[in-house]
Amino acid sequence: MNAPPNPGASIRDRLGSSPGGPERLLRGATASVHLGHRLDGTGLGGRVSELARRSVLIATRDQFAAALALVELDGIARRLIICTPDLPSEHLPAVVAKGGVDAIVTDHDRGDDALDVPLRVLCNGTVVPAEETPVTCCRTEWVLLTSGTTGAPKMLVHSLASLTAPIGSALGQRADVVWGTFYDIRRYGGLQIFLRAVLGPGSLVLSGAGEPVGDYLVRLGAHGATHVSGTPSHWRRALMSPDARAIAPRYIRLSGEIADQGILNALQSFYPQASVGHAFASTEAGVGFEVNDGLEGFPASMVGAPGDVQIEVVEGSLRIRSARNAVRYLGEDDSTLADEEGFVDTGDMVERRGERYYFLGRRSGLINVGGLKVYPEEVEAAINRHPAVRMSMVRSRRSPITGSLVAADIVLKGEPDSSGTGGEVVDFKREILQICHARLAPHKIPATIRFVPALEIAAAGKLARHA
Amino acid sequence: MSVKATVISEIRRITEGDNKSLPPLTDDLVLLDSGLDSLGIAILVARLEDTLGFDPFTETDDTAYPVTLGDFIRFYERAAESRGVDSRSAG
Repeated sequence: MNAPPNPGASIRDRLGSSPGGPERLLRGATASVHLGHRLDGTGLGGRVSELARRSVLIATRDQFAAALALVELDGIARRLIICTPDLPSEHLPAVVAKGGVDAIVTDHDRGDDALDVPLRVLCNGTVVPAEETPVTCCRTEWVLLTSGTTGAPKMLVHSLASLTAPIGSALGQRADVVWGTFYDIRRYGGLQIFLRAVLGPGSLVLSGAGEPVGDYLVRLGAHGATHVSGTPSHWRRALMSPDARAIAPRYIRLSGEIADQGILNALQSFYPQASVGHAFASTEAGVGFEVNDGLEGFPASMVGAPGDVQIEVVEGSLRIRSARNAVRYLGEDDSTLADEEGFVDTGDMVERRGERYYFLGRRSGLINVGGLKVYPEEVEAAINRHPAVRMSMVRSRRSPITGSLVAADIVLKGEPDSSGTGGEVVDFKREILQICHARLAPHKIPATIRFVPALEIAAAGKLARHA
Repeated sequence: MSVKATVISEIRRITEGDNKSLPPLTDDLVLLDSGLDSLGIAILVARLEDTLGFDPFTETDDTAYPVTLGDFIRFYERAAESRGVDSRSAG
């Protein structure tokens, strides 16, 4: 084992002091860069020094370009704000304003011209020899986006220290580790894999923007991927691909959604040589814990146990306190991340059965469709635009493919035409779906719609949502 | 309607909003090439549960995920048979 890295050291510093070993590569779909003793190239066209001490928005289509920017700019930029790949452009001005953004790193020429940002730097995945060796000048704030109630993103501040706190012990891995991740590195779960690969002794193979899952599986296999990570939904999709046999990983990791026993069994049976583990993590709380016994849920002994991560269950909700928690929200005055004792309430509801806790879903009614969050209120607002709708309630429906789906119960104004074939109701359903298509991302559109005579209203006058 | 016809008609209904041309829905078509992504397959499974009254993914111990459309249909036909439903006329 090496001495623990200096907590103030940047990714670049840590690459520079990492021991020599087999050739290490960061691979994208069309290009790659060596990660050895020092970065041998730059994806920022030699413009790293212009970005020093700035608040930099990383808004690339391809995650390889984002990966290059993260490696090169940690310790250089004052703040790195990482756009998720599906961030609607209408939210960019708010992100720029809240984040004090004064530079954008992007891999495309157009689309954000209207933003009031003085510096744009192109990073399109092309790597050229680095002529300068920038010197670490800041302890960079890492800002991750996660969707909020209204659809506008919440911005969570992490540090390299909070992000890497869960992976200290993982850095002693064997040097022949080749990581792959179905989970985009611009979300917390994928970023964990990126950091494990870059700061550990291994390599990383990233999927390209829009790359079909089968093509990525074949590339992972060709590069000898040993450690592969994704949400349960990613893995179900991988197992439905004819190219699932292209990989033979030693370690399979699931995070980002509830891992049920079905997907754990299916993976263990399909990849008998692999050790299959699932992790609980959220952007707010960080990595809570990892479960490696092949069973869903987690052992009850973890709750209340001393250690780096403290876990408690209060009124059925999982709460976590550790150095892995995000530091704070950016630009939100009214929402606090942790309570006075430093616990982050995850809002994930759990239930104890015997010596194990099992996940039930979200307290807020928030729906997790294949690792993507959906707030019911946002979908209800779209449905309620239809003139015939009196009220609607959007809820989670269990799915064996994506974990959950969006389902809508709708109360119409007046009695629908019951004289004939129900044609009016069919029309309403089609029109409501059209409204949703126009306003919502595909995973937020109700998969199923039911018309109901009434909805339950709780005492406080709100819709009665059940976890 | 048979299980097979129900599956095919639901696939057509889910993909009709897209302006993509569907490949011929043959048994050896890879499900993920059918015009459905995994969200589309999830919607298909949910709507089939509403139409047919069962979801074989959550009801069986079968840990193999279907790869082709033929696998998928047989998966549903087997589940229908084990429930005593005539798979040629279920739904």
